[in-house]
Amino acid sequence: MTPIRVLIAKPGLDGHDRGAKVVSRALRDAGMEVIYTGLRQSPEQIVLAAIQEDVDIVGLSCLSGAHNSLFPKVVEGLRAKGAEDIVVFGGGVIPDADIPGLLAAGIEAVFTPGTSLEEIVSWVRKRVQKNHE
Amino acid sequence: MQEKRDKLAQWQQKLEQGKARFPERKAAFETSSGIPLQTVYTSLDLPQADEFSLPGEYPYTRGVQRNMYRGRLWTMRQYAGFATARESNERYKYLLSQGQTGLSVAFDLPTQIGLDSDHSLAEGEVGKVGVAIDSLEDMEILFSDIPLDKVSTSMTINAPAMVLLAMYLVVAEKQGVEWSKLKGTIQNDILKEYVARGTYIFPPEPSLKIVTDIFAFCADNVPNWNTISISGYHIREAGATAVQELAFTLANAICYVETALAAGLQVDDFAPRLSFFFNAHSNLFEEVAKFRAARKLWAEIMRDRFGAKVEKSLLLRFHTQTAGCTLTAQQPDNNIVRVALQALAAVLGGTQSLHTNSRDEALALPSEDSVRIALRTQQILAHETGVADVVDPLGGSYYIESLTGQIAEKVREQLAKIDGMGGAVAAINAGYIQREIQDSAYKYQLSVENKEQIIVGVNQFTIDDESQPELLRVDPAVGSEQKQRLEALKSRRNQEAVENGLAAVRLAAERGDNLFPVVLDAVRAYATLGEICGVLREIYGEYQAKDLV
Repeated sequence: MTPIRVLIAKPGLDGHDRGAKVVSRALRDAGMEVIYTGLRQSPEQIVLAAIQEDVDIVGLSCLSGAHNSLFPKVVEGLRAKGAEDIVVFGGGVIPDADIPGLLAAGIEAVFTPGTSLEEIVSWVRKRVQKNHE
Repeated sequence: MQEKRDKLAQWQQKLEQGKARFPERKAAFETSSGIPLQTVYTSLDLPQADEFSLPGEYPYTRGVQRNMYRGRLWTMRQYAGFATARESNERYKYLLSQGQTGLSVAFDLPTQIGLDSDHSLAEGEVGKVGVAIDSLEDMEILFSDIPLDKVSTSMTINAPAMVLLAMYLVVAEKQGVEWSKLKGTIQNDILKEYVARGTYIFPPEPSLKIVTDIFAFCADNVPNWNTISISGYHIREAGATAVQELAFTLANAICYVETALAAGLQVDDFAPRLSFFFNAHSNLFEEVAKFRAARKLWAEIMRDRFGAKVEKSLLLRFHTQTAGCTLTAQQPDNNIVRVALQALAAVLGGTQSLHTNSRDEALALPSEDSVRIALRTQQILAHETGVADVVDPLGGSYYIESLTGQIAEKVREQLAKIDGMGGAVAAINAGYIQREIQDSAYKYQLSVENKEQIIVGVNQFTIDDESQPELLRVDPAVGSEQKQRLEALKSRRNQEAVENGLAAVRLAAERGDNLFPVVLDAVRAYATLGEICGVLREIYGEYQAKDLV
């Protein structure tokens, strides 16, 4: 079985990447192939990287409060390029009130502070497997 | 001595017998930095050298002044800023009216990265994590009705620190306040941006040149300004242990001093204005010991390594902030207690100023109510608990003294390692410091996952059906409002003066002259932050991080 390929990305100008890096390592330790974009990526750059790297799923991390404007742009960009099969999820300092809007925009899961790595890993695995079925 | 040892050995024997019947909670106890802990500490554990050390005297382990908080309490300085200059100005005036004694400006991310609010990358970020400043005009509004000779102002600004400080100086000019009367700090610590905080612009070499320009200009013109706040705070937030926080911060500090010396500055001309910024985490005694060790190590480094002669050059003065990363989104009121204990550690450790985090910071920017509770926490510590009435009250504790010595020793080992690599910049370029921090962050997270580390309300003592409190929301219209004001400014200002100002910045950068005087002129002509940094970007290039996970 080919391993799940994941892109972990930091959209916008936020420099807090402890969470993105910890999640990247946990996914890798769970047997997935993980690419981390580094900081300051525009939604366009993330879309391009996701397609070029042929990933199954993209995880977006933002702690600056810009998630409402940035996360949906990644989903829209993937759809515009015909890559709607790439799943998008997100995490960061995101108020509960913003989550329904993000889900409606196509971000399939939002993980907030205190989420266990196990929960993220198992969600990613199940979600990608579902896509492959 | 032998008698004491024998007595201790007997005691330990009985202890082991007891443990055989009633095992302890853990197989081994250690601090967050992995320093193993004894069951009890005795006079046998005291380091000999510091046997009779006093505050205000070398090596300053016990404090940088003789009477510390008996003279003046620490500065209560809450980091704040959001949306537009006008809204932040109102928050500052509110905080000052509530008894806060110093300002601390949070800038939004575009400002911190030297981009104007109308830049495409600024989309969605304007006014979010701090106030948006595009030009002198915004700075004039930010400090309107706040006399700059009456407050001290800390500005968390790094890559474009020179431009923001220049704006502050011009606002002072316009208020009729002499620069020599200004008190405050710019963070200006670019090295930690590459490893922990992420708001870098230029590569390390030109960035360090700008830092040195600021040291030199301020030594002559703004003598009471702290020209840098060398920060362990963000290194710790990114996942470092207490020992790593201290070691990497001091390694960076050594690099700044070496760079300034290489540029021809005299150590005692700039060293008295170097300041530090540390994190106060939850392991109370380790944190207190960390602050004490920090003072001792810096005094040693400045005296022995750099030959500083002036006493002020030897003093490690520091700001402290409680640990944002320990705050939980779950049961957020519990954070009030965490912050109180962390603040206590900072005060017992002899901090010069303190920011206490607000309970709702794992959820959003803090609300006004939450900020007030955070400030009240400091006021309760200062006025109700008596902890400020005796200098270094934990000094002489067998445990604290032993831990202080052990932390200092481990930091020295780490510093020697970084020296061996060729210093902080080489260690950053090799990805060493980033990797060390990341490893600690991951290790910590795994300890939370397997419940070795209990986080109340997160992996134990949880409740179902939590509802979030009322959160501060930044009006999404801030971005367009700020853009309009910028456009209006650009159509109104003297364009020729702006062009001349920017040309002078370009020329000075190309020649390697001190940039400060020309940046001041450009700022006076209302050249924007993005325009000035844009010129420098063209000449210096931009830093490309090599992010490895």
